[in-house]
Amino acid sequence: MEPLNPTPVAETAVRHTVNDFSLTVATANGTGSQTSNLVLLRTFFNMGIPVTGKNIFPSNIQGLPTWYSIRLSKDGYLARREGIEILVCMNPATAADDMAEMQSSGFVLYDDAIPLAVRRDDLTYVELPVRDIVKSFNVATALRSYVGNMVYVGALAWLLDIPMDEIRRTLEWQLKGKAKVADLNFNVIQGAFDWCQEHHVNTAPFRVARMEGFNEGKILVEGNEAAALGCVFGGVSLVSWYPITPSSSLAEYLLGALPQYRLDPDTGKPTFAVIQAEDELAAIGMAIGANWAGARGMTTTSGPGISLMSEFIGLAYFAEIPVVVWDIQRMGPSTGLPTRTSQGDILSAYTLSHGDTKHVVLFPATPQECFEFGHAAFDIADRLQAPVLVLSDLDLGMNLWISEPFAYPDQPIDRGKRLSAAEVEELASEWGRYRDVDGDGIGYRTVPGTPSQWAGYFTRGTGHDESSRYSEKPHDWEANLSRIQRKFETARSIVPAPEVVQDHGCACGLISIGSNHPAIEEARDRLRRRNIDVDYLRIRALPTNETVSDFIQSHDLCLVIENNADGQLHGILQWEVDVPARQLVSVRLCNGLALTAHWIVEQVLHHRQG
Amino acid sequence: MAVSRASANRLAGARRTKSPALNLLGLPKTAYRGRPSTLCKGCGHDSISQRIINVAWDTNLRQSHVVKLSGIGCSSKTPAYFLQGSHGFNSVHGRMPSVSTGVVVANRGLEVIGISGDGDTASIGIGQFKHAVRRNVPMTYIVENNGVYGLTKGQFSATADNGQRMKYHGVNELPPLDICIEALAANATLVARSFAGDPKQVESLLAMAFRHRGISVLDIISPCVTFNNHAESTKSYAWGRAQEVVLNTIDFVPETDTIEIDPYDDEIEVQMHDGSWIVLKKVSEDHDPTDKNSAEDLLETARTEQKFITGLVYVDESQADLIELLDLTDTPLAELPDEKLRPDPQALEAINRSFMFGASLEPAS
Repeated sequence: MEPLNPTPVAETAVRHTVNDFSLTVATANGTGSQTSNLVLLRTFFNMGIPVTGKNIFPSNIQGLPTWYSIRLSKDGYLARREGIEILVCMNPATAADDMAEMQSSGFVLYDDAIPLAVRRDDLTYVELPVRDIVKSFNVATALRSYVGNMVYVGALAWLLDIPMDEIRRTLEWQLKGKAKVADLNFNVIQGAFDWCQEHHVNTAPFRVARMEGFNEGKILVEGNEAAALGCVFGGVSLVSWYPITPSSSLAEYLLGALPQYRLDPDTGKPTFAVIQAEDELAAIGMAIGANWAGARGMTTTSGPGISLMSEFIGLAYFAEIPVVVWDIQRMGPSTGLPTRTSQGDILSAYTLSHGDTKHVVLFPATPQECFEFGHAAFDIADRLQAPVLVLSDLDLGMNLWISEPFAYPDQPIDRGKRLSAAEVEELASEWGRYRDVDGDGIGYRTVPGTPSQWAGYFTRGTGHDESSRYSEKPHDWEANLSRIQRKFETARSIVPAPEVVQDHGCACGLISIGSNHPAIEEARDRLRRRNIDVDYLRIRALPTNETVSDFIQSHDLCLVIENNADGQLHGILQWEVDVPARQLVSVRLCNGLALTAHWIVEQVLHHRQG
Repeated sequence: MAVSRASANRLAGARRTKSPALNLLGLPKTAYRGRPSTLCKGCGHDSISQRIINVAWDTNLRQSHVVKLSGIGCSSKTPAYFLQGSHGFNSVHGRMPSVSTGVVVANRGLEVIGISGDGDTASIGIGQFKHAVRRNVPMTYIVENNGVYGLTKGQFSATADNGQRMKYHGVNELPPLDICIEALAANATLVARSFAGDPKQVESLLAMAFRHRGISVLDIISPCVTFNNHAESTKSYAWGRAQEVVLNTIDFVPETDTIEIDPYDDEIEVQMHDGSWIVLKKVSEDHDPTDKNSAEDLLETARTEQKFITGLVYVDESQADLIELLDLTDTPLAELPDEKLRPDPQALEAINRSFMFGASLEPAS
């Protein structure tokens, strides 16, 4: 076959773009492309290249469009980026739309079974006879579409100069213990590489090359796996959960990790239980029951589950029972977009349940922080005797991220104010469950099974006095709620402090949370290149503290950047910080995708002018 | 060998004539009381609370190791009225089963008494009820069943009789759910029914439930004196006394030997998980409480005939309870030392290594 590109450009004339472009693989889900995509991502990681992969998948099992976008950034930017330089086109259903998204001068590698009727003049097309290549390797029919995905790995290796030995090593690592499968896959990759070499002339300006200085000492891990491991190190004893995208993998990673790290060395028996509940109401009920009885219980869910847990969370708030809830946010309202990311649960999480309720909410930004909050959330909940909601999101939870490694907890497990039998005996009738002895709003609790006649008390969600006796007296009600308010003030100094990334007295400050961090950092660099310096504070928890109000009050303009439609964090800050409305401006986007630096730069430029 | 309860009481009585009787823990029955009830005078629920007090004292329960949990409603207020030394938890409506599950997983050493009502269990809580039963959560699950919402002043529950009339709601045209049938369908390992006005039977069943290996579902018809005590209601005192069909009588005898259940004609001894014995006597019908099919038939027939079958309907001591299924450590999870809950730094180092740049260059382990 003749080369498909009639006027090949000599390679020497091309100025190569090295380790700085994006490629997207467009397939249908259920075809097994994930192995190929992960081999590519991990190969780039192993070559030392800063890289991120984002899986954009449908709420479906088989046959609907799926995209995997890989961004390589020699400068270390890990955020999503608009624009695609290289498209691997394996799905006829989305081919036209996918091509429309491409940067000018991009390259399209396509399965020759796809009729690309309309082509863009400014793109270069590289045809891949996927079926023929696979056929030549005697692959069982059932495996053909799976192995077919290896064809684009080989073609990309040819196009981008990925060293074949790097791919082979990653493939073998990925398919540990399955040498035969690894061999077959590699042969197909090599076959595709050879075919391209023989039939195409490579005119692409994109290259990958081994680099140093970024990935050393770092780990590559999903946020949900990091969170699960954090919970393991936090001493979780009961995980009660109900399946829901995108939080199920957190529970499933716990199912995998707990038996590995938490069997009793003396008896070999589990020091934990994982129960798949009948619904989210039961899941949170079990977790609350476990905490009430003195063990660390947690649940993990997403928006619809948070709605269902609302009543129970109010009980835990008012009866002052610790519990940890992970919310891997997806797009709401209602069923929304179950497989798209969002930060739309901030306001509901903060004030979840009826009546006057406010909760501690944590916002992890990286896998390392998912791990940290995984264990720290239990200590915070125990110390405050209150629910702690950890708000991650689909983008952070379900994608692989390059992260600093996990740090071992620097404090021992802290169970807060809990009385032993001897301590409660000494206090005897002096003890009242909700008595504010220390002035921090936090009482001393006992757990069932404490062998003392003084330990028992009656926990209730109804009105109660400081000895937890039922009371409808206005004074008791007011005293109780104002003590809980006092406890919330105490929480400000207990929850993770905000990270003041930069406070140089710039006119404009950015405030944001969680997984927006990489896009904001990249945007600030881009702005700096335009001689615009902006300060940045990353909120790690609610309630906020003085650092946040000082930051807001000391900037003429603060932009609160978030991924939801209502500007929920902005609303909470307006509520909590005394500042004129024009000084605190909401900047938000809500389209199911992670924020990009490009969009943030535009927003900053727009609001600075305004 | 422990002295039997009766003889201990006799001994205590003989020694200190005017002192109250003490149980083996040296406690008078008054120590097992709760706060004064705020329910209506004559409420069936109060007599059930008294039965719990009696049996807890009789069987020498350590109150520090008993937990009383409930949902919402008149019945769910009652845990405040017995066992003042125990931890109580008045949770949310229809969700006592999930809280109980979490409690017993956290501390397998606790005796869990769950108190619920017909609205709390058969209406809002039917899902959690059936799943707790399905999991065989080791607990005593008592439904104080009066077929009416008392606390909200007289609405139908899911166990209200078909054709029952209520002041503001007219006639109930829907068939009632039968809690024992629902429990059995969910594979309950102990199902019994009684009547709040029958102290002896309720106490026998409670004693048995406290010793059962998994979940015990006690559906206790408990007349509401205020909203559902007119003679035509099947949950009224008058109806109950007239219609009750006594299924079998149970004598509880604490012992330590074990035997297995064999086919029997008029009497069978069933061994409880803790080694103690119960003697089952068949009275009017030839019912074998270990035979699930006949238990189902019995309940269905009784339902058709609008009669209460009281007594032990079904028991199966062979099924593992939730704690056994989870294979938990003998030490309650809540009492494990920190070093068993947090892996060491070496474990974290290995985890970091497995994700680390360069990990794939190492030989596969």
